[in-house]
Amino acid sequence: MLLRRSVRSAPSSLSASGTASAGVWRRKGVGRRADSLFAVLAALSGVLILGILGWMVVSTTGTALPVFGSQGISFITSSRWSPSDGEFGTLAFIYGTVVTSVIALLIAVPLSLGVSLFLTEYSPKRLKGPVGQAVDLLAAVPSVIYGLWGVFILLPLFLQPVSDFLAEYLGFIPIFKGPPSGLSYFGAGVILAIMITPIITSLCREVFETVPGADRHAAYALGATKWEVIRQAVLPRARAGIVGATMLGLGRALGETIAVALLIGSSVSIDASIVRPGYSMAAVIANQFQEATGDHIRALVGIGVVLFALTIIINMAARALVWRFNRT
Amino acid sequence: MSVDLPGTGGGVEAAPAAAPAAANGRWAGGRATPGASLRDIRPQRRRVWRDRRNTALILLAVGLTMTPVVMILYQITAKGIATMDWGFLTSSMPFSFRREGGGFFNGLVGTGIMVGIASLVSVPLGVLAAVYLVEYGKKNWLAKLIRFFSDVMTGVPSVFVGLFVYTALVIPFGFGALMGAASLAIIMMPIIVRSTEEMLKLVPQELKDAGYALGAAKWQTVVRVVLPSAAPGITTGVMLAVARAAGETAPLILTALGSYQLTAALWGEPISSLTLAIFDGARNPFAAGQARAWAGALELLIIVLIFTVGARVVASRSRIAR
Amino acid sequence: MSEKSPMVQEEGVDMPSPAAVVSRDDAQSRRPPVEQPVFSVRDLSVSYGKNVALKGVTMDIRPRRITAIIGPSGCGKSTLIRCFNRMNELIPGAQVDGQVLYHGEDIYAPGVDPVVVRRHVGMVFQRPNPFPKSIYDNIAFGAKINGYKGDMDELVERSLRRAALWDEVKAKLKKSALDLSGGQQQRLCIARAIAVEPDVILMDEPASALDPIATVRIEDLMQELKRDYSIIIVTHNMQQAARVSDETAFLYTEVDEATSARWGILVEFGKTGRIFTSPRDKRTEDYVSGRFG
Repeated sequence: MLLRRSVRSAPSSLSASGTASAGVWRRKGVGRRADSLFAVLAALSGVLILGILGWMVVSTTGTALPVFGSQGISFITSSRWSPSDGEFGTLAFIYGTVVTSVIALLIAVPLSLGVSLFLTEYSPKRLKGPVGQAVDLLAAVPSVIYGLWGVFILLPLFLQPVSDFLAEYLGFIPIFKGPPSGLSYFGAGVILAIMITPIITSLCREVFETVPGADRHAAYALGATKWEVIRQAVLPRARAGIVGATMLGLGRALGETIAVALLIGSSVSIDASIVRPGYSMAAVIANQFQEATGDHIRALVGIGVVLFALTIIINMAARALVWRFNRT
Repeated sequence: MSVDLPGTGGGVEAAPAAAPAAANGRWAGGRATPGASLRDIRPQRRRVWRDRRNTALILLAVGLTMTPVVMILYQITAKGIATMDWGFLTSSMPFSFRREGGGFFNGLVGTGIMVGIASLVSVPLGVLAAVYLVEYGKKNWLAKLIRFFSDVMTGVPSVFVGLFVYTALVIPFGFGALMGAASLAIIMMPIIVRSTEEMLKLVPQELKDAGYALGAAKWQTVVRVVLPSAAPGITTGVMLAVARAAGETAPLILTALGSYQLTAALWGEPISSLTLAIFDGARNPFAAGQARAWAGALELLIIVLIFTVGARVVASRSRIAR
Repeated sequence: MSEKSPMVQEEGVDMPSPAAVVSRDDAQSRRPPVEQPVFSVRDLSVSYGKNVALKGVTMDIRPRRITAIIGPSGCGKSTLIRCFNRMNELIPGAQVDGQVLYHGEDIYAPGVDPVVVRRHVGMVFQRPNPFPKSIYDNIAFGAKINGYKGDMDELVERSLRRAALWDEVKAKLKKSALDLSGGQQQRLCIARAIAVEPDVILMDEPASALDPIATVRIEDLMQELKRDYSIIIVTHNMQQAARVSDETAFLYTEVDEATSARWGILVEFGKTGRIFTSPRDKRTEDYVSGRFG
């Protein structure tokens, strides 16, 4: 048997161990073939991901190409969006996407840092579980539910009053200039902030937990207060992770569709004031798709391609930044 | 206790030796000197204040983050229960938002069909791809490439996935359940690949060696030994992917389109989903439609939470087993 | 000073020692003026949750000496040393009973801020743990947070000189402290501790992660530092304790046979030479002669 095995089943590169192939076992060539078949199948499944991703780029870009061709660079530099006239300038949507995402980060990053620091540095044991689970729950809620809740609860209860307040008392600052609307960059930014806070929180929490206890103890032993320990020993170590978490949150905010579609106010305009309605790239796709035809659809697909490129760039940038921080 | 404390005077060498009196002036914080008790020394007020302020800010952040959790849970439940009844669960949408009654049964069926098909496709493919990464590709260039682009794919906005399926499948074949399922499968697959990969990596080499030592081929070892021992972890990842897919709206707008009618057709006609039905309800101005949206939101939230919590339970069980 | 201190009662009543109360031999030869202990530990017990880690420790730490704490692993050496700067309370569930008097004042008394205690009682840890900052910033850290008003450059240089590290790092003060060798990192940690001008320096197995040459440098440094500081060192290395310390405390693990609960007790405390040459307790003798541990 040993002899046979060594002669007959010279293992293929993919089957690391030969199988016992004595005559009684009826598995001579079949076993080997099954092994390579399985390996090929597994490899193909992996390659499928690359294939789909490539197909995605080709298929969408191909569909949008006529519009890219007819609009040229004005597709992303013009804010004139008039499907009936065949004018497709998407700057207003790009602007809205960026503004809402920035507002979301401005709110979500401090909140996430607070919650994750609470969970790793402050929380008594019995609070850790409930608070952590509540954050996870927030991450599990589908975006359409955030949208529904945002429109019918958060809008009258919080967004509209705050927008009114900002326009009334801080309206002299251009970014708060009225007339205020609850459905606005600000409204969409707030709902986005609630949605990305759990993502950033759980990543930051993981990062803080990797900071060695020795660093904390060194700072405590020098007579540091709790905050000084966090500020001097925990945060510097976690900086790369915080940036990475923020970038991932940003990526999610840029592509978020439904909740933003319901709360941004759906106005094709570029407004410096965050309490004015606007539009975002993902929102315009979701809102206008059902009534769009012809070049209008191609333009919406084109917006998708630009959005895709934007999120890919952000992801790459996150990696590069994390890489750089990790070295210093 | 001795009576001769440094604080009460008399201790000749009581002063900390390393702190010559001259040094004290240079420290804002104050030090234990003859005649001063530790109790009299406070860290500088600025430091204490900053510590307290930041503790307060952190607690505030926790409070602000917990508020929407509580509000969403409470309001979805309260408003959803008002409309939720047996009729809602078992009947489909009326043709007008104005009309009361009816439910999202068509949406529930659509979600079930599309998520089901998406799982049937993405789970085997995703698990196989993970097997390739861990057992075959390991650190070769192809495996690295697949790993990298799986990560890229998890970052792709779901609305873009919908646009892709629209251009690739809907334009030639029309809207339908299969197209919706395709978009969901594309969203689920990278999640399953990456979570399964992590789980497969945890399977100890000794276990695989035991399989090989019994004369099993590599594929048999993978199927009979590696996958079963990683099964709980894989299940966790799959359940989380299902929860994510069940909550997706944007890609379905572009592929399933949505419908008022109950249908189980896999292609040829648009189909609804719970999320599409809620989205419609949230966009219309009529009270009856909005009430249905709240009940639908409760239904969806329960489904999503069952899978999310289930994933946690499976994960914690498997940890005990290990 | 009265009849009790610094003539320490070394043992609790439960100690099966031939002499119920043994006075410290070296105390008899003390010279006036009376030297006040920097720390007086009185019946100190520490527990983590339900587990008792340390029971009934009573000892006096004398100023400008090196006091070594030795004993087999798990006997509560680290627990004991962390009581001197209240680091134990960073561990959830830790509870400290008894008194730790610093110049006669209980550092666990209500109203005493642990931040203040730690500012007077510096600590060096088992593994070198410089912050991921520059060498300069590592030294300046404690001074900055404690509101040092003097010349920072001068303080950094002085601290590094005292830690015998200046010549090696003066050209690269702005470089990351993590680029230093393990031994240099540990001396940096010592420099960082003395930069806040503490009174006592605690060292928890400071050389256990270092090679022999780096260890010798740390030991030399300790001899330098004891002119100005009281040093308490935990070590599992008996030769090291014998080499560097003036006084030695021997801790040992007691086991409750019924519940198999284990905790540390102070078995013997006295001049290092005496502990190593003529220990009074059988367990000490066994340990220092290498029969167990």
